[in-house]
Amino acid sequence: MRALTWHGTNDVRVDTHPDPEIINPRDAILKVTSTAICGSDLHLYDGVIPGMKSGDILGHEFMGEVVEVGPKSTLQKGQRVVVPFTISCGKCFFCEQQQYSACDNGNPVVNQDASEMLYGQPMGAAFGYSHLTGGYAGGQAEYVRVPFSDVGPIVIPDGMADDDVLFLSDILPTGWMAAENAQIQPGDTVAVWGAGPVGLFAVQSAVLMGAAQVIAIDHFPRRLELAQKFGAKIINFEETHVREALMEMTGGIGPDAVIDAVGMEAHGWVADNVLDVIKQKMAPGADRGHALRQALLAVRKGGRVSVPGVYGGMLDKWPLGAMMEKGIQIKGGQTHVQKYTADLLRRIQDGEIDTTFLISHRLSLEEAPEGYKNFHDKQNEWTKVVLKPGGVA
Amino acid sequence: MAHDQTHDDAPKRAQRDDKDGDYAIVGRSVLINRPRSELFAYWRDFTKLPTFMHAVESVAIGDGERSTWTIKAPAGQHVTLETELVDVIENEAIGWRSTEHSQIKTTGHVTFTDAPAGRGTIVTAEIAYEPPGGDVGRLIAKLFQAEPNIQARHELKRFKQLMEAGEVATGAYTNSTDGEV
Repeated sequence: MRALTWHGTNDVRVDTHPDPEIINPRDAILKVTSTAICGSDLHLYDGVIPGMKSGDILGHEFMGEVVEVGPKSTLQKGQRVVVPFTISCGKCFFCEQQQYSACDNGNPVVNQDASEMLYGQPMGAAFGYSHLTGGYAGGQAEYVRVPFSDVGPIVIPDGMADDDVLFLSDILPTGWMAAENAQIQPGDTVAVWGAGPVGLFAVQSAVLMGAAQVIAIDHFPRRLELAQKFGAKIINFEETHVREALMEMTGGIGPDAVIDAVGMEAHGWVADNVLDVIKQKMAPGADRGHALRQALLAVRKGGRVSVPGVYGGMLDKWPLGAMMEKGIQIKGGQTHVQKYTADLLRRIQDGEIDTTFLISHRLSLEEAPEGYKNFHDKQNEWTKVVLKPGGVA
Repeated sequence: MAHDQTHDDAPKRAQRDDKDGDYAIVGRSVLINRPRSELFAYWRDFTKLPTFMHAVESVAIGDGERSTWTIKAPAGQHVTLETELVDVIENEAIGWRSTEHSQIKTTGHVTFTDAPAGRGTIVTAEIAYEPPGGDVGRLIAKLFQAEPNIQARHELKRFKQLMEAGEVATGAYTNSTDGEV
């Protein structure tokens, strides 16, 4: 099969690989029909995520048609499914709490060692995102092996287009959980740093959850326009003093909840050589740390901080005093995708959530390297790239 | 200045002095979301140990509850361990120790206790071994002393995956590639 393959920093190519096979009883094999490039894939592209090996197949946002099933899979050949980026067994203590991204059983035991040492407990597993999260081949390919296919994938009803549902794999549930972690109450003002894909879905979700005012903060005009479309007020941080603006837009108390969607959007898990990696990220990373610090200072006393943007290592100059003295609550975490997919599919069907607005470019799989380059270099115009391994219709 | 030792509640394997006489002790606990009886039954059948102990190639059951373990060693060699069962308590504990025929002096036990609030079973394995001497010893040292704690951890986690998920996770996508790391 053909697959988008990582070879090193700023070096991804479409190569030929063996077709995937059923290995475990709960596996299924999909023929991929649509797969997106995630903002967090750009961190792999930049070579700042450790645990990558030349030849790794990328991609953790994908959907497709079931072409083969293991004896314990509950899927049937021919079904169309969207696959959560988190590989979760559905049976362990964490899965039973619906904390799917904390699943103990998706990550092969040897791969768990590095993160167990760094974080105290091992990370869960994900598709196409380094050997720290399992070394699983990703879905930017013609075919992909999907473990635990009896609990993860969600079957898509006939008549719904790929582009309507593809983002159930990651960024829609990630934005939704970000808003849920902000524990929005009626009348709340919610400020969202970062109007990228996750931030834009967090804006939509916060509005649906009853926020009285949602404020999006970014510097790309095109992305701020998209936030505006969903009813957000906008702040361009290149033109405005953000904290002052937020105080003045909330009668002087600050936003009730803040969401930091600036980080690595979804799953930039950094688990090795931490300080070097942080330094490596200092160009964009300095802004990133700045956003979280700014959010902590902006949020009102007793307010809530939600962090869908991922920080894999350590951060200095953390305003710990503000957290304590203002009584702030902070929630973060990789998305428990499987917890949200059924509800969000219904909301898409009911027209409550718009998913296709985000897509700026549709490319064939062979054009994927060019998609990476442009998504990386032209963030204002390239808001989301969807690859069609079967060709663009 | 020497202080009297306190006796805290931590298991021996978690203490800074983890030696017991000539024996070194390694061990680990895992939480497994399955009933005790099921986990006990699976472990009690030693022929199944190779499904989660990847260093163990096979286990043959002999007379009088004795088992012969064939353990993979570097450079295609094998080490044989003969054990006898000790202190087996139905659904609670299984113990084993090496016999005089064994190339390794070792003893181990695994306990199964109910986790609080219906969370399943806490499985604790503790293995003690005497660091061996001689040529065979050096070989075994490679196996057991390199990182016996890591090996024990990997084995228990594979047991957990097998019991909870029904399969051992692998990142491979073809049957001919290695799926760990």
